[in-house]
Amino acid sequence: MLNEYKLELLDVSKEFNSRGETVKALDEITMKIPDHKFISIIGPSGCGKSTLFNIISGLDQPSDGELLIDKEEASGTSGLVGYMLQKDLLLPWRTILENVILGMEIIGIPKKEAKEKAIPLLHRYGLKGFEYSYPSQLSGGMRQRAALLRTILYDRDVILLDEPFGALDAQTRANMQEWLLDLWDDFQKTILFITHDIDESIYLSDEVYIMTARPGKIKHRLKIDLERPRKPNIITSKKFIELKDEALTMLSEEVLKSQQMEMQAN
Amino acid sequence: MSDNSSVLGKRKKINRVSVGSHNKKAKKSNANWSYLNNEPKEYLLNVGRLAAFLLMILIWEAGARIGLIDSFFWSMPSEIIQTWTIIAVDGSVWNDTFYTFQSTIYGFVLGTVGGAVIGLSFWWSKYYAKIAEPFLIIFEAMPKLALAPIVVLIFGIGLSSKVAMAVAITIIITTLTTYNGMKQVDKDLVRMIFALGASRWQVFTKVVVPWTMPSIISALRINIGLALTGAIVGEYIGSTHGLGRMIFYAGQTYEISLIWAGIFNLSLLSVGLYLLISWLEKKLLKGILH
Ligand SMILES: Nc1ncnc2c1ncn2[C@@H]1O[C@H](COP(=O)(O)OP(=O)(O)OP(=O)(O)O)[C@@H](O)[C@H]1O
Ligand SMILES: [Mg+2]
Repeated sequence: MLNEYKLELLDVSKEFNSRGETVKALDEITMKIPDHKFISIIGPSGCGKSTLFNIISGLDQPSDGELLIDKEEASGTSGLVGYMLQKDLLLPWRTILENVILGMEIIGIPKKEAKEKAIPLLHRYGLKGFEYSYPSQLSGGMRQRAALLRTILYDRDVILLDEPFGALDAQTRANMQEWLLDLWDDFQKTILFITHDIDESIYLSDEVYIMTARPGKIKHRLKIDLERPRKPNIITSKKFIELKDEALTMLSEEVLKSQQMEMQAN
Repeated sequence: MSDNSSVLGKRKKINRVSVGSHNKKAKKSNANWSYLNNEPKEYLLNVGRLAAFLLMILIWEAGARIGLIDSFFWSMPSEIIQTWTIIAVDGSVWNDTFYTFQSTIYGFVLGTVGGAVIGLSFWWSKYYAKIAEPFLIIFEAMPKLALAPIVVLIFGIGLSSKVAMAVAITIIITTLTTYNGMKQVDKDLVRMIFALGASRWQVFTKVVVPWTMPSIISALRINIGLALTGAIVGEYIGSTHGLGRMIFYAGQTYEISLIWAGIFNLSLLSVGLYLLISWLEKKLLKGILH
């Protein structure tokens, strides 16, 4: 089992051509992710994090490099991983239950069977009583839960979460973090998680990848060797603060660079 | 009265809370414009509308009797009622109304469904959509009623030419409405479902079509009026039945009261269709938007 990686990115680059100009979004990204890990990715805004996820999910093709999922070339193939985009993206004309089974429906699981599978999960993960509500009737936190459950129920080993809690208030966010850890524990997925919040990334993850300003490169891989299960007050521990200090130092360098780049552009 | 005062009372309270109690002047002026918030009572409105209608009929009748209004061209309400009673009792006007109703509904359904299908089909190819777009706009700009003589020549004087007119007048506007609604589809929703491994057909049926439905539904109400207009014009040009034909022939023989009797039934038909479509619209929207 040595060197068995669930997901591998080998020197992946991505360039966009827009209006005759070439924008390099990703520059030779290499990541090797073992199974069942919780990996966070942080980096300045616009450094290419969502682009990276688009490539892993098969929505975009890399300009260069290789993407391997379970050791097989996977670039440009959609449907191999669960992907929750930056917004909750629930279909407004469907109930929460109908939204949550969308992924199963697409694979061809009969609706009735899919619903039977989904209802206990909705109950267990805090959406009891909302099965037949429409997304517009739910709070932001509830909608994120539904979108996440949809991704989980799609039942892929690898799950990509693009800033799922970015728009939530601090209290809801803390609840959702616990909720997500429970879910991860129960389902044994490999999770890649984009966030702007250093505390969140350290608290949740086994490893935190810090990216540079655009074009995005991997600047540093931070191993989080904090014991699990973690309690919320771990963020005041010495070890946690050391890790945070390290991440913050590197990230702020890149944020500064990205701001300078922006100022030059204007 | 009690209704109004409670509304006023609430207003003042809200004002006091939001502006603060020190601003007495604002509070006073609020009382002065508060009559703007008095909602008229529904039954009084209806009484007023009925009275206005009767008054117009009365002026018409009186004017025609004194000779102020030329009854040869304008006829008068009493005569119109007489004429209408005759054709209503012998049933001919109902046959004509039904004929027009039929061609309108057929044309409406074909035009609306056809337009929606064409509009949705543009999702499948950008080339096809972009090539078709200018043709649609030109055809939409063309006064389609002017086509009536050709349409009647091609389709004959039976029902099909009226249906064809109703289709011609509704299909392009529906196509454009559908197409425009579809262009607004949330690209991220499409990405999301595509990331779940959806096929093109699944993206279409699960996102694009439901997304576009409200636009299609919004076309229904306009289309029913247009379809009726198309059917009537078709009947003017050449027909064996229908309210349009009846009105047209009455005009040729200077039977002015018969024209008005026909227009009366046409108005009944139009209101009936409008109510039917409004009901349908509500049902459909409820099924989609809740
Ligand atoms: N389809 C596209 N065409 C052209 N340029 C693009 C495209 N998608 C992304 N980019 C550019 O690539 C860069 C990276 O974008 P990306 O959305 O991946 O950043 P991000 O790290 O997710 O940012 P944020 O933290 O704000 O979500 C940006 O400069 C963006 O303008
Ligand atoms: Mg992003």
